[in-house]
Amino acid sequence: MKKLLELTVNGEHYEVLVEPKTLLIDVLRDQLGLKGAKRGCDSGSCGACTVLLNGKPVHSCSILALQANGGEILTIEGLADGPNLHPIQEAFLDHWALQCGFCTPGQIIAAKALLDENPNPTEEEVKTAMNGHICRCTGYNMITEAILDAAKRLQEARR
Amino acid sequence: MKEYSVVGKATRNIDGVAKVTGEARYTFDMTLPGMLYGKLLRSPHPHARIISIDTSEAERLPGVKAVITGKDTPGGKYGPWRRFPELMDEEALVTTKVRFIGDAVAAVAATREDIAKRALELIKVKYELLPAVFNPVEAAKDDAPQIHDGVENNINITRHIEWGDVDEAIKIADYVREDRYELSSQSHAPLEVHDALASFDKSTGRLTVWTSTQSPYYVQLGLADALKMREGDIRVIKPHVGGAFGGKISTYPEQICAAFLSIKTGKPVKIVLNRQEEFAVTRRRTPMYIATKIGAKKDGTIVTKEVKVIADGGAYTALGSTALYLVGIYSSFPYKIPNYRFDGCRVYTNNNPSSAMRGFGGPQAVFISETQIDRLAHDIGIDPIEIRRKNGMTPHYVVPGQATIESCGLHDCIDKVEQKVKEWGELPKYQGVGMVCYGFMSGGIFNWINTPYAFSGAMVRVNIDGTVDLFTQASDLGQGSNTVLAMICAEELGISLKDIRLHVADTGITPVDLGAWGSRQTLMSGNAVKAAAAEIKRKLMDVARIKLGENIVYDLEAKGGRIYLTLRPERGYSYYDIVKDAIRYNDGEPLIGTGHYTPHGKGMVSPAFTFGAQAVKVEVDIKTGRVKLLDIATAHDCGQVINPPAVRGQVEGATAMAAGCGLTEELLSEDGLVLNASLAYYKILRYRDMPHITTLEVHTHEPEGPFGAKEAGEGLTTPTAAAIANAVYHAVGVEINSNPLTAERVFKALKALKKNKAT
Repeated sequence: MKKLLELTVNGEHYEVLVEPKTLLIDVLRDQLGLKGAKRGCDSGSCGACTVLLNGKPVHSCSILALQANGGEILTIEGLADGPNLHPIQEAFLDHWALQCGFCTPGQIIAAKALLDENPNPTEEEVKTAMNGHICRCTGYNMITEAILDAAKRLQEARR
Repeated sequence: MKEYSVVGKATRNIDGVAKVTGEARYTFDMTLPGMLYGKLLRSPHPHARIISIDTSEAERLPGVKAVITGKDTPGGKYGPWRRFPELMDEEALVTTKVRFIGDAVAAVAATREDIAKRALELIKVKYELLPAVFNPVEAAKDDAPQIHDGVENNINITRHIEWGDVDEAIKIADYVREDRYELSSQSHAPLEVHDALASFDKSTGRLTVWTSTQSPYYVQLGLADALKMREGDIRVIKPHVGGAFGGKISTYPEQICAAFLSIKTGKPVKIVLNRQEEFAVTRRRTPMYIATKIGAKKDGTIVTKEVKVIADGGAYTALGSTALYLVGIYSSFPYKIPNYRFDGCRVYTNNNPSSAMRGFGGPQAVFISETQIDRLAHDIGIDPIEIRRKNGMTPHYVVPGQATIESCGLHDCIDKVEQKVKEWGELPKYQGVGMVCYGFMSGGIFNWINTPYAFSGAMVRVNIDGTVDLFTQASDLGQGSNTVLAMICAEELGISLKDIRLHVADTGITPVDLGAWGSRQTLMSGNAVKAAAAEIKRKLMDVARIKLGENIVYDLEAKGGRIYLTLRPERGYSYYDIVKDAIRYNDGEPLIGTGHYTPHGKGMVSPAFTFGAQAVKVEVDIKTGRVKLLDIATAHDCGQVINPPAVRGQVEGATAMAAGCGLTEELLSEDGLVLNASLAYYKILRYRDMPHITTLEVHTHEPEGPFGAKEAGEGLTTPTAAAIANAVYHAVGVEINSNPLTAERVFKALKALKKNKAT
């Protein structure tokens, strides 16, 4: 029996019918057409499917869509302000913190969650917070540098 | 060093905005109206004859639109070795005999993915189980089960390389040492799994396939062979690719089956492997058993070396022959060895096929060579850095009968890394530094696919407003070749990057290029792009020369959006004006330039080689055997750097993959069954595992490369595992001759060392 799921995704309100077993990632990708969050491992090991649910990072491949009922979701598609990229996105570009880009949406969303909670993290704190995210291309250091730089940019913007 | 306008300047990734906003589309993300979902049924047995396949129940399942087995396909074998048809040993769907756990035997297309999965469960396959063999040494014995008809002792390929006189030279060596190694398998593990979306147009008889590949051209040829179609009727498009690392070079069953199911149903069909399949049934790095003997004089001069390899080929040839040849070549690098002999033997087994993986024989070669030379230095009592310096290759060195080295910055790399090691100073107990040197190809001179086309082709079209359309089949997998090629085009035309629009990796519109493997895009595709842009530049300069009316001996320059007299820069015209005139003067003929590149007169391996040195500092926890990376310093001679952050990205990313190969990454199997087919159990290094990497600059100019450039993609996958092994030796005194150096292996070695000392 399908159930009604209400979600606010990137500021838009949606009502969709889902099977109880449907995963959040499938609603986002298949029903809402938001393909940014990626399915990498199906085991919560890689972080490529990360989105924010009520401000907290979740593996959208590992939670049921109905667990997010009534929640507010931010995906990578909702991060930029129109044509203006978010400072984290700008920092990723400047630091060449992406290569194939498949893990990038998850990395950026996780970095947003980290910087929302801890606006001025140390390098160790960045590495610890991001440790659940696999990147097979970059070797991580350039992403860490981008996140630390993004923290600076965000603080300057707040001043 | 020449100062360029675009080349050498830090440039953002051309595809970056799409990737940071989630707008970049991968095959994984694509859908088409009316699309069906395909799945493959795989053999659960490592070696078995197919008695019968009953698909009737699966066909009756509502939602199932087609079920196919090997008998339904056009038949015939395919594989990358089109030059040697006897090595084309693969079938998209096996017809008579499965040879590894995961060989595909049937395929289904259904309206939903879950229906396709359910349909697989309804297919009944009767097998006659055959004895199987998993170890290449066992497989080569006379009484071993035969895996392919007519292949005696399961010997798939042998390779022999020899120069000088090894047997005589060993007699004059003061020191001889022999070491034996057992090197394990590594999985490419790209975050985007293998996938394909095929759409057959019945009205035209033409097929379009979108797929995550390193070479759209190879897929086009493989599909033509397997489907018995003309290659011109097949269009292969590579969207953004979520990583490949050597695992997506050839044509694979999911591409052929998606195409065939689309032909059969008249609907688009998409097949996406799951993560378990990605680990267990796609290709992997070749495991090798290696014996290596080296002889040197008292002063450390190497006089001879001999290397013997037995490689676990798994069930099919794949690109294993080249991995075998290259382990032979790289085992002599980067040293001047006057007498050298290599004998390699690749043996079929009932494991999943081994093939190319980033580094392509290099990591294995460097692991054995660089651990051995360290120990040789110890035996002789000379400094491990000094022995490398003494024997290292220099510019213009000729590897007898194999390759000609032009640029070579090896000694500069050694000096820089040595300096860094000195800065690290005296180390506390249980810490150690390992140092390694290596060399790598900038594109392989290998035409296994038997193309009559140039290895790289490119086309440049300049429009009336000065915008440039660059057409190339070079394949950006994330390494940044799109950006690099656009930069090369912009530099040659003397314009800015914003005027260049790319059309890439689509066999329907771009000239043939062999794709991204063997670190070939910057040098080979770069040369083709530069040549295409140079043709345009010549045409524009002809027009400028007429307008200037100057003496024919005066040189012209294209730079900063202008074309002008080199010696009198104020005399010239805007590029945009010259483009308009060039088109108008020539009856409106489209302004098109083409370029192509194939290496000639460069030996058998590569038109150019990169060189490098790396030092790794580790700490060993002697209670657990766990090795922690503390610091890494790398000097990589890649010639003229085209895009500095992209090179750093390649260097660091390759190092992380190589460190994984050295510490944690091992595709484990038992009786042909892969045991750790999951990102939870196959351990890729993470943020906290990777230390800082200091990249030390060296400057060389490669005459064969565009603007002097060489590779950066793979060279760094070769040194790190060996450097870790050397560092562990210097830290705690254990010699470990297999990889990765897991806590378990190091712990056992420490225990054995303690026992040896006690007795």
